[in-house]
Amino acid sequence: MPYLWLIPALPLCGFLINGLFGRKLPKMVVSTVAIGASMLSFLWVLYTLKVLQPLDTPHVERYFTWIQSGEFRVGADFAVDRLTAIMLMVITGVGTLIHIYSAGYMDHDSGFARYFAYLNLFMFFMLTLVLASNFLLLFVGWEGVGLASYLLIGFWFDRKSATNAGNKAFIVNRIGDFGFSLAIFLIVVTFGSLDFGTVFEAAAGKQQGVLTAIALLLLVGACGKSAQLPLYVWLPDAMEGPTPVSALIHAATMVTAGVYMIARASVIFVHSGTALDVVAIVGVLTAAFAAIIGLAQNDIKKVFAYSTVSQLGYMFLGLGSGAFSAGVFHLVTHAFFKATLFLGAGSVIHACAGEQDMRKLGGLRSKTPITFWCLVVAGLAISGIPPFSGFYSKDEILLAALHHAPWMYVVGLLTALLTAFYVFRAIILTFFGTYKGEGHPHEAPLSMTLPLIVLAFLSFAGGFLFDVPRYLSQFFPVSDASGQNALLQIVAASVGAIGILLAVAFYLVRPGIPEALARNLGGTYTLVYNKFFVDEIYDAAIVQPTLVGSRTVLLKGVDRGLLDGIVSGTGETVRGAGEVFRQIQSGNIRSYATWVVLGSVFVLILVGIGVLAASGVVIR
Amino acid sequence: MLISPPAAVEYIRFLPEIILSIFGTLLMVLNPLIRKHGSSIFGNISILGLVAALLGAIYADGQVGQAFSRMIVNDDFANFFRVLVIAIGIVIVLGSYEFLSRERADTGEFHSLILFSVAGQCIMVSSNDLILIFIGLEISSIATYILAGYLRDDRRANEAAIKYFLLGSFATAFFLYGISLIYGTTGSTNLTDIHVFLSSPSRPLLLVGVSAALMLVGLTFKVSGAPFQVWAPDVYQGAPSPVSAFLSAGPKAAAFAVFLRIFLTAFPSISHQWWPVIWISALLSMTIGNFAALTQSNIKRMLAYSSIAHAGYVLVAITAHSDIGAAAAMFYLAAYACMNVGAFIVVSHIAGKGEKHVGISDFKGLGVRQPITAALLTIFLLSLVGVPLTGGFFGKFYIFQAALQSNMIWLTVLGLLNSAVAAYYYLRIIGAMYMQEAVASTPVPQPLPRSTRFALLLPALGTIILGVFPSAVLDFAIKSANFLK
Repeated sequence: MPYLWLIPALPLCGFLINGLFGRKLPKMVVSTVAIGASMLSFLWVLYTLKVLQPLDTPHVERYFTWIQSGEFRVGADFAVDRLTAIMLMVITGVGTLIHIYSAGYMDHDSGFARYFAYLNLFMFFMLTLVLASNFLLLFVGWEGVGLASYLLIGFWFDRKSATNAGNKAFIVNRIGDFGFSLAIFLIVVTFGSLDFGTVFEAAAGKQQGVLTAIALLLLVGACGKSAQLPLYVWLPDAMEGPTPVSALIHAATMVTAGVYMIARASVIFVHSGTALDVVAIVGVLTAAFAAIIGLAQNDIKKVFAYSTVSQLGYMFLGLGSGAFSAGVFHLVTHAFFKATLFLGAGSVIHACAGEQDMRKLGGLRSKTPITFWCLVVAGLAISGIPPFSGFYSKDEILLAALHHAPWMYVVGLLTALLTAFYVFRAIILTFFGTYKGEGHPHEAPLSMTLPLIVLAFLSFAGGFLFDVPRYLSQFFPVSDASGQNALLQIVAASVGAIGILLAVAFYLVRPGIPEALARNLGGTYTLVYNKFFVDEIYDAAIVQPTLVGSRTVLLKGVDRGLLDGIVSGTGETVRGAGEVFRQIQSGNIRSYATWVVLGSVFVLILVGIGVLAASGVVIR
Repeated sequence: MLISPPAAVEYIRFLPEIILSIFGTLLMVLNPLIRKHGSSIFGNISILGLVAALLGAIYADGQVGQAFSRMIVNDDFANFFRVLVIAIGIVIVLGSYEFLSRERADTGEFHSLILFSVAGQCIMVSSNDLILIFIGLEISSIATYILAGYLRDDRRANEAAIKYFLLGSFATAFFLYGISLIYGTTGSTNLTDIHVFLSSPSRPLLLVGVSAALMLVGLTFKVSGAPFQVWAPDVYQGAPSPVSAFLSAGPKAAAFAVFLRIFLTAFPSISHQWWPVIWISALLSMTIGNFAALTQSNIKRMLAYSSIAHAGYVLVAITAHSDIGAAAAMFYLAAYACMNVGAFIVVSHIAGKGEKHVGISDFKGLGVRQPITAALLTIFLLSLVGVPLTGGFFGKFYIFQAALQSNMIWLTVLGLLNSAVAAYYYLRIIGAMYMQEAVASTPVPQPLPRSTRFALLLPALGTIILGVFPSAVLDFAIKSANFLK
């Protein structure tokens, strides 16, 4: 018995220790507990997977019955199969590295213990999410990671923008969760079970329409968590959180939960067909859209954030093209190179006293050489240059897209060009030229550079070391487009190379070009620079109407309370009861009573209609 | 009709009410005898009485059956709610120690009123006769009218009490009118007899429909469901916080119990006439409650609107008019009592003397200043949002599952959308506690007294247990919902 529950329980212990006693413990102990919890969890994953090899069938552990009503049962059950195995490795492996990095990065922060408590809490929920063997338990992890993400985005609460960003993330995700919870109810009604095994086995026999509805609702949830169109808006703002958090939660793990969920429910998506197409369309559009916005950003973290949105779109494109294993493969390689990019950015920010604006950086190549080289490796990986990891996964996705719909392939290819361009734009602006900031930038301590180097190595070698598609070859229902196509590989690689060369030409060789271009493009540039004004549109079309509507319709119309006016003057004088009566008789009570009467008339009429209808007609 | 003297077992079936009445009277008698201010003796006696009544209810559950000429029905359903309202009473009394000594208002009167109100609620949930239900309702209500205005020198409390009293009586009149009509029609006030009468095809549908509608009005008022919710924000805001906590939980739970018992025991055969009304009421309650709460800055008023919204969720469960729906409503009421009472008691603690600090901005930096208080409030708020691993999550889960099983698809969709919106205003409080720093004008909270700590730990524990191990309570609820017929 490999005791799967230990995997999330270890970080939970870390959370409880640091959350309850962390403020009284020395930093050394706090970081040891947090890193230790994560690392032990990683080791336990390794041990578990070794024992359970080759994991052709899922290993399920049932702990207790959570809900039982009639036939319907939901258990607190964990399960490991090959898909979960990959996720576990990524979460605990990359997670541990980022924990170590954080110990250096957050060293001077007064909220050291709080930070690590939240980080461990995140690990607990994320591991629960991937270990869950039914939709409800998955949902527990799903909401939990959202909570941890909210707390960590708003971690630096002296910035007002951080609190707002946290709120935004939570609210936007509630929309996604709304879809997800509807999907869960629909699954209960359709299948009478929430257990993965039962549901997926029975899926083939169900009506296609119902399956499409379920799949589309699941997709709404996935769009929220994985920041896809139209719900991506929270992720760029989430960069207000500490940079290691951006690396772990908002790049490598949590935001890929949507990809994981769709891969997990692949049977439903495949049987629906339509839903799978929608996934592909959402993915390809998001990939291109976010890449375009990424071109004109000046905050180094914002560039990488839009790049994350774009790469998640790539994963969705893979899933939607039916190449589930390719999507998951890209999830893995992306975790490596995007974590490297973010940790590298963090190292830069650490070196330059919190500066994130690339226009104020520059020339850091000689001052932080390790960071520079790690970022170059990650940049080559995300650009899809062979033999770096991104090349392998991107190639698989593009191949599948070509088989699925050629226009998606073309858009995907163009996105790859843009990606290579803006990532190297960021690297050149940060590391070449002359340093424009203040102070003396210095290389980060070993606790930060070591994880960076390990992740950079994985960004380089992750593609050929871990053959995810082969490991998953028997796992997914279909994988039509497999094998390799040399011509396509050359095209994909050269597109990446062109992007890099363009960035070099624009920003290194002829630094005048971008400005001239921006000036000539005028309106288009402004549009892209302002992220297509999506935030402003959402605010004007959804947020403000809701608030104003609540204020005017409900508070002025329904809530006639006089009390607010009176409350402000309390405590000063206590007047006689007569005064109170006078106030009330002046109309408030009477208007309330009128409400009650009107309401009663309303109820009587409704029941009357019901009675009349009952003579023959049954309304439902 | 010849009435034989009650047998001994009938007294046992009425045990909690007897114990509560004795202790309530005892407190009134002791009140003039003990004139020492600041002592917690009244509170302690009150707790003793409530715990005894709780044990009485558990003991009575072993003696299932009817009592006093079928006026009392002592079944699992009754005892579920007895235990719930008594437990609410215990937490409220624990949570009011701090308030009473702070306002120098510690008298036996407060506690005896609480005990009488709880006794009235126990009668409501365990009676099988409309007249007795009405008496229980009045016992509970009159005590709470006085409690709302308990601080005689506070104008807000005065206004709240008078509003509550006038509108409450008005609504009760509707309820009573409904009872008299049904008596005129069926010749009985006994729920079982009414059910038998209504099952015959020759029933006078219009008269019965009108009387059901009138009762619906009275009960919807008591549970603060729309469109009869207008009183709740003013009353909850004006009454002292521990009393608001009590109002939002105990009387509401009892009124819902009556709701379930009347409409599932006496009126199921005419469900086609009443369920569309509750459907609309549920949707209105959720929508008005949640959207009006969005822009509140006074936390008591916000919680008042939130409690209207939560009444809406329970009404969804009643709309389903099935066993599962009834069980879901019971479970939700238990979870709701835990989280709402807890939240109000934290508010009472932070509000300080004279309840001056009831703005959301008064919670700034609480996460640093009083981490335990903040953590407990976070648990309650997350449960109100409906985050998994809390009772509020499973409550909503069961309710919407029940609604879907009864084919209430649109109500489910709109309800879930509502609960998505609701996250926003609860989050503002969590944000204030953890993501904003206390400023000079933020009040420094008093240290958390031991009694208040207990009063918060109990519901927090309840919230978590209902969220992690919901089965035990749900099983009992399903079992007792079956009993209802």
